[in-house]
Amino acid sequence: MTAVLTRPVEAPAVHRRKNATSIVVLIVAGVYFLVPLAAAIWFTVQDKVHGGVTGEYYTSIPRAEGFAGALRRSLSLAVLSVLGVLLVTVPAMLAVTLRLPRLRPLVEGLSLLPLVIPPIALVAGVRDMLALGPDQLAGTPFGDALVSSQDPELPIILVVVYIVLATPFAYRSLDAGIRAVDARTLVDAARGLGSSWFDVVWRVLLPNLRGAVLGAAFLTLGLVLGEYTIAGILLFETLPTWLVKISGANGQLSVSVSTASLLFTWLLLLVVSLADRRPTSRSER
Amino acid sequence: MSALGVRMLGIRRSFGAVHALDGLDLVIEPGELVALLGPSGCGKTTALRVLAGFETADAGTVRVGDRDITGLAPNKRDMGMVFQAFSLFPNLTAADNVAFGLRVRGVDGAARRKRAADLLELVGLGQAGRRYPHQLSGGQQQRVALARALAIEPRVLLLDEPLSALDAQVRVQLRDEIRRIQQRLGITTLFVTHDQGEALSVADRVGVMRAGSLEQLADPDTLYHRPATPFVGEFVGTMNRLPGVLGADGMVRVLGADRRVAEGSDAAPGDVVVLVRPEAMTLTASDGGTALVVVRTFHGALTRLSVRLGDGDEALVDLPSPAAAGIRPGDTVTVGVGEGSVLVAAADAAAPALRPV
Repeated sequence: MTAVLTRPVEAPAVHRRKNATSIVVLIVAGVYFLVPLAAAIWFTVQDKVHGGVTGEYYTSIPRAEGFAGALRRSLSLAVLSVLGVLLVTVPAMLAVTLRLPRLRPLVEGLSLLPLVIPPIALVAGVRDMLALGPDQLAGTPFGDALVSSQDPELPIILVVVYIVLATPFAYRSLDAGIRAVDARTLVDAARGLGSSWFDVVWRVLLPNLRGAVLGAAFLTLGLVLGEYTIAGILLFETLPTWLVKISGANGQLSVSVSTASLLFTWLLLLVVSLADRRPTSRSER
Repeated sequence: MSALGVRMLGIRRSFGAVHALDGLDLVIEPGELVALLGPSGCGKTTALRVLAGFETADAGTVRVGDRDITGLAPNKRDMGMVFQAFSLFPNLTAADNVAFGLRVRGVDGAARRKRAADLLELVGLGQAGRRYPHQLSGGQQQRVALARALAIEPRVLLLDEPLSALDAQVRVQLRDEIRRIQQRLGITTLFVTHDQGEALSVADRVGVMRAGSLEQLADPDTLYHRPATPFVGEFVGTMNRLPGVLGADGMVRVLGADRRVAEGSDAAPGDVVVLVRPEAMTLTASDGGTALVVVRTFHGALTRLSVRLGDGDEALVDLPSPAAAGIRPGDTVTVGVGEGSVLVAAADAAAPALRPV
């Protein structure tokens, strides 16, 4: 009898305690993330000369020297890297899931390598290899390719390196997606209903992996837009290297560009998470 | 389209050192529902997957009607399959799921929608066409899966434990509905299950599998009352294992009486295990009895008594409830084996390891 009486009294108390804990966690996390951001934004809108608030630094971003080129380059690299990563990981993932499950540990291990190798080691190797282009390999097709991959306008070599760097993230995202749906059963069901392998991939797997594919694309995008080490050492001008370059000359401008790019990244994240939501209603047609 | 029969002959399939199918012969008559029943690992699911084309047999032939489909890819076999669970395409509505097979066959949109609506109506989900799988209950999802399998007018319907993930109540309801639809369409069906109640209640014939081959394939009544082997007898329904002595004359002495040995028995003269159904036992209250009633369970028309025999073994006895009315736990009784032949197994024969309830 006492148990029956005490339970309803106890439950809300536990509930309230849990609620309080989560509110505290939320506040701490919010302070941790928002205070530096707010400080950055405050720093960029201060008018040091006349006092008060100004949007001058934000409006001057597009006109800043080198910005347009660096942004165009970074976005091009990002798009190419995203396409490249998906082209490598999606077929590999499907092959491992559908036809070659025994290779899964190998693919998983390979996909983790870029996380284990520090970017600085990777870039040292890349630089040595690039040096072969105009040297030992001069005149050979591969040597020419190495040379042309270093076009400062659109350095394809960065795309290659970024594809390697992004593979672990893309693989994780796709792996989680493929585990969330019972891929094996869905494939069997589709095959049993008369689908060719093409239909299985096109009509069943890819639509159900949309969220995972978008996630992989987004992670790659974020990685490329923020990557400094490799672009910096290979002396290419991308958005991050440009930011570092101007931060000495114009602090407020550089911080306003960082803030703007942060907001841009958030926007992308929002788009991805909206696209990933399950449809709740759709015409039957 | 008139129904076609299925003939699987001499099917072998090994996974490494494990022989999942070891010379399986299975014939399903046109329009018949055959259930495959057996402990886990007996090869029943592999048999179904070989028929569906998802597994390739190492040896043997599979025929549907007059056609040899042994080497045919699964998408060319025209079989409708219902899986255990989670087989609906999550990105498609119920109606689109049902219409999927028609879409890959190039059926035009209007005909597709009409057929999907008809089939959803058939499985009692006429209103749910626009819902997505995650908006449907487990039972509803399996109904949609059934409609989807039937939409392509399959030559054979394959059911791979379609009810095992459902609640008991939904399970019974859907089980009966599957049977009703199957009989109405007259479609040849293979139903794999580990639940003997399911198998016995819906199937025309039930095949009991053991270690990759069929132990017995018979109608439920025969399977229960005249099991071909001790394994089948013990796997289907409840069996008492009583000690007995087998004579050279084909009679076995059990609980003080001599009984004829049934066909299918498998033991040499000497000490044996006698298999007797609880309802084939006799029990009379007697002060001088050597057996003791331990538990009494009321099941409506029948009352089950758990009895400890003189030698310490326990036995179950089912009596018509009126006959058991006066008997209570703690009473001493005399227990015997009713008239009729009994199944006998070697004394060291193990009981089926996994007997589903």
